[in-house]
Amino acid sequence: MVTTVTSYGRSGLSDWLVQRVSAVILAAYSIFMVVYLLLNPEIVFAQWQALFDNTGMRIFSLMALLSLGAHCWIGLWSISTDYLKHFALRFAFQMVVGLLMFIYTIWGVQLLWGL
Amino acid sequence: MLTVSIYRYHPELDAKPYMQDFQIDTGGKDLMVLDVLNLLKIKDRGLAYRRSCREGVCGSDGMNINGTNGLACITPLSKVVKNNKLTLRPLPALPVIRDLVIDMDQFYKQYKKVKPFLLNDTPAPGIERLQSPEERAKLDGLYECILCACCSTACPSFWWNPDRFIGPAGLLQAYRFLADSRDTATEERLADLDDPFSVFRCHGIMNCVTVCPKGLNPTKAIGHIRNMLLTRAT
Amino acid sequence: MTNILRKMSYEAIVIGGGGAGMRAALQLTEAGLKTACITKVFPTRSHTVSAQGGITCAIASNDPNDDWRWHMYDTVKGSDYIGDQDAIEYMCSVGPQAVFELDHMGLPFSRTEEGRIYQRPFGGQSKNFGEGGQAARTCAAADRTGHALLHALYQGNLKGGTTFLNEWFAVDMVQNDDGVIVGVVAICIESGETVYIEAKATVLATGGAGRIYQSTTNALINTGDGVAMGLRMGLPVQDMEMWQFHPTGIAGAGTLVTEGCRGEGGYLINKDGERFMERYAPNAKDLAGRDVVARSMVLEILEGRGCGPNGDHVLLKLDHLGEDVLESKLPGICELSRTFAHVDPIFEPVPVVPTCHYMMGGLPTNIGGQVLYPESESETRIIEGLYACGEAACVSVHGANRLGGNSLLDLVVFGRAAGIQIEKSMREGYHAEAASQANVDAAMVRLNTLNRSESGESIAEVREELQKTMQLYFGVFREGESMQKGLELLRELRIKVANLHLQDKTGAFNTDRIEALELQNLFEVAFATAISAEQRKESRGAHARNDFTERDDENWLKHSVYYPTEERLGKRDVNFSPKTMDAFPPKIRTY
Repeated sequence: MVTTVTSYGRSGLSDWLVQRVSAVILAAYSIFMVVYLLLNPEIVFAQWQALFDNTGMRIFSLMALLSLGAHCWIGLWSISTDYLKHFALRFAFQMVVGLLMFIYTIWGVQLLWGL
Repeated sequence: MLTVSIYRYHPELDAKPYMQDFQIDTGGKDLMVLDVLNLLKIKDRGLAYRRSCREGVCGSDGMNINGTNGLACITPLSKVVKNNKLTLRPLPALPVIRDLVIDMDQFYKQYKKVKPFLLNDTPAPGIERLQSPEERAKLDGLYECILCACCSTACPSFWWNPDRFIGPAGLLQAYRFLADSRDTATEERLADLDDPFSVFRCHGIMNCVTVCPKGLNPTKAIGHIRNMLLTRAT
Repeated sequence: MTNILRKMSYEAIVIGGGGAGMRAALQLTEAGLKTACITKVFPTRSHTVSAQGGITCAIASNDPNDDWRWHMYDTVKGSDYIGDQDAIEYMCSVGPQAVFELDHMGLPFSRTEEGRIYQRPFGGQSKNFGEGGQAARTCAAADRTGHALLHALYQGNLKGGTTFLNEWFAVDMVQNDDGVIVGVVAICIESGETVYIEAKATVLATGGAGRIYQSTTNALINTGDGVAMGLRMGLPVQDMEMWQFHPTGIAGAGTLVTEGCRGEGGYLINKDGERFMERYAPNAKDLAGRDVVARSMVLEILEGRGCGPNGDHVLLKLDHLGEDVLESKLPGICELSRTFAHVDPIFEPVPVVPTCHYMMGGLPTNIGGQVLYPESESETRIIEGLYACGEAACVSVHGANRLGGNSLLDLVVFGRAAGIQIEKSMREGYHAEAASQANVDAAMVRLNTLNRSESGESIAEVREELQKTMQLYFGVFREGESMQKGLELLRELRIKVANLHLQDKTGAFNTDRIEALELQNLFEVAFATAISAEQRKESRGAHARNDFTERDDENWLKHSVYYPTEERLGKRDVNFSPKTMDAFPPKIRTY
């Protein structure tokens, strides 16, 4: 069995599942946003703020945000193990991706809740 | 006259591989690609390729024929030749020993990794282990694999991770034993496969299905393994 | 020229990675002996993989009352009474155990509704000692039984931890000063390195040599390497005139379509659409012995009732079986027919012609696989350190004609038996003196000569000449005068074979060198065949002579034994002493 220390989850299966579930959430979020914007072509800031004041919307957004982080991490980690054959290079790439995902997630949470 | 362009490399004589062109008279017959190689070998005794059964069951002569992996002995010229030109290269992704002969160690290692043998912890009966025709039918499309490596060497995931991704051929055999009602090591087998590389590097590209000379479907088998892993985890 | 070769040491080596070799290797590895299986192709590329129809054995699945003695009767009759009855008794009685072991190893046999192994009818099978009609005794994994068996054995060996030397070619055996076999000189094909592989026990499981003929169902690798190694060492071979021509090789291509086609209900027709086997074998019809069917087909063709523009083949009709039966029971045949005969058996009959298929003869052995040197008609001595099993051996269970499905049984039963015998011998403290440098040098002579060749004969041309000669003069029907002519041609060829020009002298994966060595092996086998065929002056089993059309039990109820050193043909008594029953006496053989 191949070591799992570098993977996101505890196993290939959970990585695979997370990848799929997060993809569905991201797709749903994207569709929602596109449809919402189409239905409200003349949107103003107050309306936009009201939308994100809604707790349900905040949960949905947070879910999408976490999904994005996980999805990117697993995807880019996979790609790096395919194409970056030099260990140091791959490690550095993964560190940068990991750090970016962490920063984006925290930043996103801050934006959502205005902490 | 048919132009046959062949990948040549001899580790003792050549610094690097090159393509060599031959002209050959097929006598207007629709020969198999292997027949063409055999004719060329009469002229060029140094031409190296593997062959054995010449009827598509031993899996020796897998090679890249006009860009697609296949068995030379059951590939007629009419199926592959365009513009009167035949290009033969060794199967991709594995090291070349000489000409069309590749070093298949990595491929065999991945096969061995899936424990390709029946494991049963109950004492063997005095006769065969009974199996219904329906249970046996689950092995159809799996046990017929001839280990020619056409599939694994056509798989980009195997190209990038030949040491960690088991590849379509090995996974087909992994499922062949998971699906066998006489095998009792399902849990152990699944546990061995549940890492990010062994199975999950399959991205469903399906080159394996396209090239398999026996018409087998490793992608489907991999899907079955994934479902078994999912069922096991939930 | 002296080469100091690198030496590798094992207790036992098995040369050949086909069914017999791998079964022997498995037995030896499981016994804890340090064993290596030396094979010139990766094991699953061995010719066993091409076996289709099945493995015949009285496991009493199709018929709960089936009896291994009935199977024994069929085999003795099929052999035209020169099969050794003690060996046939052993094979038929141990067979079920060996087959069940294969199932336990994972072989995916087809199944009956009761969950047991599916058995199909094959030629020459009967119930109740020929009195009870057609039996169905051939255990099958669809029509890919050989493939399934070979892979199951390889998998069993992986599980058992056998050491494989894959893509190593055995050149010649090494004999110590006492005449005991102590290993082989072999070439690692990948690197070209030549190594002395020392072993206390050497098992020859090198298979057949169908490539001596131009038209053969055999793989390109079937070049009789083991038998030829024995012949070069001066060891006699037995019943070499007995070559089975399989009735249904695809015309032109030579690839096999299984007897199982006829077992499942297919039959042969001539150009008039007549089911002609009804005339030649009124009872068994298309399921008569293979020799009988093959001869009948040739007669049809010779008498102008052949099919096709040249009238050179007959047709195997299968379409009446329906698509379901063909796709479930004979899927591989459908595939082969489409590829090589360009016909779809679901709609059209398959053009077939008798094609060289199996070598009944080989190195004479006892039941434990020990190679024997026949000193006289009734006495033999054991060649120490040397074993043979499978097609390379003549134990002899097939006599003058092998029954379909008996070859796979032969190889698992006697591969296993050789392993058991070696284990016993090692436990009893078998010892052999080590080989001297001179002994190893002796095994290098052939290779050295070839490696030094500056000019000489073309390998491809000589091989073609040899195959043509055998096809023309030693085919299905034989005749004294033409065989003598063939022999003359072979004697001329012998000089050419000794003078081959090896153009490629490099090391890595040099197939020119391997083909040259294989051609020399083919020649040895062909020559032994020719002498034996010319001198057996009767017709029996697969050996059919136009000048001696009758079976001659008075003079020839014997094995033939070819002594290569003197180019002499001797005789050896057939065993008529099974251990647990009375022998089957020779009868007129009809189907």
